[in-house]
Amino acid sequence: MNLKSLSIIDNLPAPRVPNDRWHKLEYLFWVLPFVVYFLFPNHLVLASQIMILGLFALSLDLIVGYAGIVSLGHAAFFGLGAYTSGLLSARYGWGEPISALLISAALAALLGYITSFLVVRGHELTQLMVTLGIGLMLYEVANKATDFTGGADGLWGIETWPVLGMFEIDLYGKTGFFYSLVVLFLMFLLARRIVSSTFGLSLIGIREGARRMPAIGVNVERRLVAIYTVSAAMAGVAGALLAQTTQFVSLDALGFVRSADLMIVLVLGGTGRLYGALIGAVVFMFAHHYISDINPVYWQFWLGLLLIVIVMVGRGGILGSIENMLERRRERLAGGRS
Amino acid sequence: MLSNLVGVLFDGIAFGALLFLISVGLSITMGLMNFVNLAHGAFAMLGGYVCVELMNRMGVPFLATLPIAFIAAAVAGFVLERTLYQRLYRASALDQVLFSIGLVFMVIAAATFVWGPTQQPVFLPDFLKGQVSVFGIGLGIYRLFLIGVVVLVTIALGLIIEQTRFGAMIRASVDNQQASAGMGINVNRVFSLTFALGSGMAGLGGGLGIDVLGLDPTFPLKYMVYFLIVVAVGGAGTIKGPLLAAILLGIFDVAGKYYVPQVGAFVIYGMMVVLLLLFPSGLISRRA
Repeated sequence: MNLKSLSIIDNLPAPRVPNDRWHKLEYLFWVLPFVVYFLFPNHLVLASQIMILGLFALSLDLIVGYAGIVSLGHAAFFGLGAYTSGLLSARYGWGEPISALLISAALAALLGYITSFLVVRGHELTQLMVTLGIGLMLYEVANKATDFTGGADGLWGIETWPVLGMFEIDLYGKTGFFYSLVVLFLMFLLARRIVSSTFGLSLIGIREGARRMPAIGVNVERRLVAIYTVSAAMAGVAGALLAQTTQFVSLDALGFVRSADLMIVLVLGGTGRLYGALIGAVVFMFAHHYISDINPVYWQFWLGLLLIVIVMVGRGGILGSIENMLERRRERLAGGRS
Repeated sequence: MLSNLVGVLFDGIAFGALLFLISVGLSITMGLMNFVNLAHGAFAMLGGYVCVELMNRMGVPFLATLPIAFIAAAVAGFVLERTLYQRLYRASALDQVLFSIGLVFMVIAAATFVWGPTQQPVFLPDFLKGQVSVFGIGLGIYRLFLIGVVVLVTIALGLIIEQTRFGAMIRASVDNQQASAGMGINVNRVFSLTFALGSGMAGLGGGLGIDVLGLDPTFPLKYMVYFLIVVAVGGAGTIKGPLLAAILLGIFDVAGKYYVPQVGAFVIYGMMVVLLLLFPSGLISRRA
């Protein structure tokens, strides 16, 4: 331990002012989908599923990574969105995608708003149990209302009308790809705007010390309710996207394993960074795609091991590890100079 | 009608007793270490597989396999506590949840690999099969046996915690870790032994429960919610709370499935959410 590390002021990071400017790497990141489109035209369906999972993980990052609410039942909103969009088409003959997306988002937001009051009040264990319970309740409803939802067989017979009346959902997933990309990008802009606003900063404040936030005039409960509702709506959009592009909803969309997998995606990429959710989705889906082909049981084993390793050593997931590495390099360089 | 009701109550109590036996360890460790352990069911499953393996491969009689199931699960719990769990006591709930989900996934995959995905059969000895008639109502002998075992274990556990020196150490550590450590109690060792005890009881419950709960690799995930409900609703860190919650849960679950099968498990999830809202820190709160 040298003297320098004892001087506290020097070691504190510069106070972060909300900064909405785009980094160079971010532009690069959003070029990647187009690269994928031209290089791997046969894998567009997988690519759009990755983007949908990324959007879903993004919605979880808002509450877990920023507001610090641990949820074991986020699939409830995803599934609600998927079933809303699917049922609109399969049971009521309304297959217009954009309006269905908005209706799904609205319903998911409504459920999120109502349940948020139960979630934000309790301490950690209660929070876990209530989110878990709500997810399981929806699962049971979808499972038992066989005539309406198709039950365990899943919901068939969804027809998605052409997007904007022009682009037919095709077998190769071209339309699905761009449709998912545009929706993901718009949602990402929204999430990015939220977390870099003062409201987003206050969420981080709540995560770090909810008890002190009222002292600077923050109504903790109201802010958590707000972000939980937004997150639920976003998850609903992701679910609706999946139902529209695959034209099928499986009961798994509401299952606990879906919520658990989502948590894994997020911590794999790194929580509280937005891009972590997207990168986690890419890595997760690739691993899933290739390892599951070999043996689905092994996949679960490696997934479990990976989780334990992340928790034990690789704190912050992929992005966190990269940041730590860069930080250490910078320190080494700075140390060499002085 | 009335005999139906009694039958449902009886089955519910037997089911609840089993849930209590498996979850009470989770309640104590959660109260003691504040650890959200979603992998508790894995220890119960281990106990179940130990029983099946001993019975079917080595011909050990059923009753003799139960203590071995207890010991096997307790040893597994002790080892895992020393190597992994212990490092995460001070971690956030998110880390604990992720860690234990990871453990559940690994255990499920490993059990599928070793024993295959099918249900395991259990061969009960003849004197535990069949029914006895009490006031004209048929009661399953095995369920009576189950309730009897749980009553005995509960009394033993109560005695250990209330009467012995080790029990006093557990109570002290639950109440105030720092002060206990200051009084010379080796809190880490109390943690390990308690964890092992809780895991062992889960293993015993897993072995006893093969006939009632079934046994296949998804066991830890399938019943995870039940164990968590027992602890969260009952109140972590007590024995009476989980006992009450487990019996209630057992009765409501059996009655729900019997009288309103079309609603399914919705009843208990709804009940859990409502109870958690009414009693945020459990039915019987430790710090009343």
